[in-house]
Amino acid sequence: MTALARNIGEVILELRNISLAFGGVKALTDISFDVKEHEIRAIIGPNGAGKSSMLNVINGVYRPQSGTITFHGKVQNDMNTYEAARNGIARTFQNIALFKGMSVLDNIMTGRNLMMKATFLEQAIYIGRARREEMAHRKRVEEIIDFLEIQHIRKTPVGRLPYGLQKRVELARALAAEPKMLLLDEPMAGMNVEEKQDMCRFVLDTNDQFGTTIVLIEHDMGVVMDISDRVVVLDYGRKIGDGVPAEIRANPDVISAYLGTAH
Amino acid sequence: MINAGEAGDTFPRLLLHHAAVRGDSPAVREKDLGIWQTWSWAEEAAEVRAMACGLAAQGFKRGMNLAIIGDNRPRLYWAFAAAQALGGVPVPLYQDAVAQEMVYVLENAEIEYAIVEDQEQVDKLLETMERTPQLKHIYYDDPRGLHNYPHDRLETLDRLLEIGREFDRQNPGFYDQSVAAGNTDDIAVMLYTSGTTGKPKGVCQTHASLLAAARGGRDFDKLVPEDDVLSYLPMAWVGDNLFSYAQALAAGFTINCPESGDTVMIDLREIGPTYYFAPPRVFENLLTTVMIRMEDASRIKQKLFRYFMDVARKVGADILDRRTGIALTDRLLYALGNFVVYGPLRNVLGMSRVRVAYTAGAAIGPDLFRFYRSIGINLKQLYGATETCAYVCLQPDGQIKLDTVGLPAPGVEVKIADNGEVLVRSAAMLKSYYKRPDATAESIDAEGYFHTGDAGFFDSDGHLKIIDRAKDVGKLASGAVFAPNYIENKLKFFQYIKEAVAFGNGRDMVCAFINIDLGAVGNWAERRGLAYSGYTDLAAKSEVYDLIKTCVEQVNAELAADPMVADSQLHRFLVLHKELDPDDDELTRTRKVRRGFVEEKYAVLIEAMYAGKPSQYIETMVKFEDGRTGKVGADVRICDARHLAAGAARKAA
Repeated sequence: MTALARNIGEVILELRNISLAFGGVKALTDISFDVKEHEIRAIIGPNGAGKSSMLNVINGVYRPQSGTITFHGKVQNDMNTYEAARNGIARTFQNIALFKGMSVLDNIMTGRNLMMKATFLEQAIYIGRARREEMAHRKRVEEIIDFLEIQHIRKTPVGRLPYGLQKRVELARALAAEPKMLLLDEPMAGMNVEEKQDMCRFVLDTNDQFGTTIVLIEHDMGVVMDISDRVVVLDYGRKIGDGVPAEIRANPDVISAYLGTAH
Repeated sequence: MINAGEAGDTFPRLLLHHAAVRGDSPAVREKDLGIWQTWSWAEEAAEVRAMACGLAAQGFKRGMNLAIIGDNRPRLYWAFAAAQALGGVPVPLYQDAVAQEMVYVLENAEIEYAIVEDQEQVDKLLETMERTPQLKHIYYDDPRGLHNYPHDRLETLDRLLEIGREFDRQNPGFYDQSVAAGNTDDIAVMLYTSGTTGKPKGVCQTHASLLAAARGGRDFDKLVPEDDVLSYLPMAWVGDNLFSYAQALAAGFTINCPESGDTVMIDLREIGPTYYFAPPRVFENLLTTVMIRMEDASRIKQKLFRYFMDVARKVGADILDRRTGIALTDRLLYALGNFVVYGPLRNVLGMSRVRVAYTAGAAIGPDLFRFYRSIGINLKQLYGATETCAYVCLQPDGQIKLDTVGLPAPGVEVKIADNGEVLVRSAAMLKSYYKRPDATAESIDAEGYFHTGDAGFFDSDGHLKIIDRAKDVGKLASGAVFAPNYIENKLKFFQYIKEAVAFGNGRDMVCAFINIDLGAVGNWAERRGLAYSGYTDLAAKSEVYDLIKTCVEQVNAELAADPMVADSQLHRFLVLHKELDPDDDELTRTRKVRRGFVEEKYAVLIEAMYAGKPSQYIETMVKFEDGRTGKVGADVRICDARHLAAGAARKAA
């Protein structure tokens, strides 16, 4: 792939000394890192390292007991999920969270919900503003369908789709919200090589085309090292590494956490 | 062939003619962002004009070749006309070919300019850059993922059109002069043959030859401007060039481009083409899908379906052919069936409006062919080759035979050489092979007959019957004729068998490789609660071997009944552990078996079959879609098939 001349901007998200505990279990301990605008930032670590908890902290599902989250220069410690979405943070889930009985198109339309201004009544009788809005949103959704190459399943109920495609639909729904920052929780888990490659291409294209900042959790080291600009490594809720892929690959702590050391 | 009074003897002039005569009628449709977009003939003519002017402004000159690579998109079809308007030659390439395969054509045709669809194709061209330094200008239709490519040879097609409009403003007479300078004997398109043997050859067709084929076909089937065709087959294939480009311009009908390769079936239903073309495997896949869904339908529906399909089998084809002497009760039953089963089925298949449908490229199974005709779809066969603009024989309405390809088309002379080879002479014939005078001399004889390389004969009604590729026809050790394709086709007519390769030339018995159809056999296995993990696993199941064995033995029974081929009964077969794939060079891009290559690659298996071994271990390299390679190893079982003693069969017959 040709090297992309992307301009990575200022820090837009800064997490400082984040600690999160569930009762006695410490999920995250004193973690600090930042995310710059337009970059692809990976979070890696063994199972139970606290990766998903970290994402949940960023988009307001969990509130950390201590530490500060600064998003776009504002301290946003008690942001809930709704506010996170309003602030331009969208996400996908490790276990697919789509409406199984609804069509792909309708599922993606739900991603536009926050932007719909028409009242409930207007939408119910579908005239005037509601109609115009629906058409504008549908156009945008169609562009995303085109972007992710899922035209052939537009009208198919999500529950009937294979796993790899469901993952793609979930990404489509997140993109429909036109996020500034996209959180991807293991977008390639359970995929075969070909599906992984497709997904990689879509992540890179999203970043390239829309300038979306991407924070992703991924287990496939090949993928992570290939597509991310910077990587943060967690292990047992602590940060053990942070830097560009080459640095991470050479970091002895990371190697021992991943490959194990002789005991 | 060409009607003297008819307007336009080159494609660009024909385009101008349509823009003047039916400027507002739809010329092209494409589904984009979920909505069908339409361009009229006038709009198309304006776009082609801008594209041609743009290419001219960028230095494209008369006589140059323009590579066109991508799925069926309106702007890629316009690129054909744009190149032709400048006196250049469009050279379409198969869009699914990998970069290394493209290099040969790019070098051979000295391509300096290319118009391609998207990032995928651009990546491939950039990959070949070192070996094709002359390729200086690449224009792409879809900018997605490409705007950060730092490359001075790349430009968007939009930009090219802008440059063209500007150039047109400054040189207002240029385009019209350029179109006027075109000659009907100029080369209109160069199509590379798929090449089951050796390197591909560029087949040069002139405007006159393509138009002879297009107009001949149009008059034969009475195609009108109101017709609709779905353009979804590879643009590099002669059939698409004839049906979607040449005939569209000859008859002025509308071409419809699907949204993507995966949506063809949906788009087919939405458009409801009146004129349809598909290779047999598409018809086969369609039928398989219907049958699989029928098996899941309720009891009542299944019974209804079976009952009326029996009625259709009995009288459907005769009713379509307007034969007389059909019992009134049968007619009434068929009419009822048409209302409850055939009509809805045609609708599901997207063929409610089909007036004429053609299949070619490979032999179509008699059952399959009869099925479509019996439910009222006017499916016909034709015979042709890249070198003859896919225009040699056509089946006239009402004179349909299952095992022939029809009568010689108007304006075409067909004769059979002494060695059984089919020879063709017509206006719709290649001018030459590009840069290959030796090959041209070899295939066109002094009397102007083109040697097709196919073996065939005329039946008592004057219909042409094709047996096999002439060079593939061999002899068994016993001296009996061995036509592998004939046997393979018989095998492939079973829905469970996707591909077959028969061996026997110079041997004492016939053996075959089988590729199972993953969809059909997978469904069959599921119904029996047979678990499998993938193709290799399923192919090795003993139950599957039993299934295939019944198919093979049925073929043997058919072969035994015909003394000509009774010696060709299959003695042994095996189910290959991997699917034959064009990416591994085992099939051509048009999915024909490359016999020599397969024979070489699987020599171990062939020897094991003839040595009478019960199984053989083999390891093969496979190329994945992303271009990486890997190894697949398997212990392949070899199975014996029951066959009737050839002598006994001969006596019986």
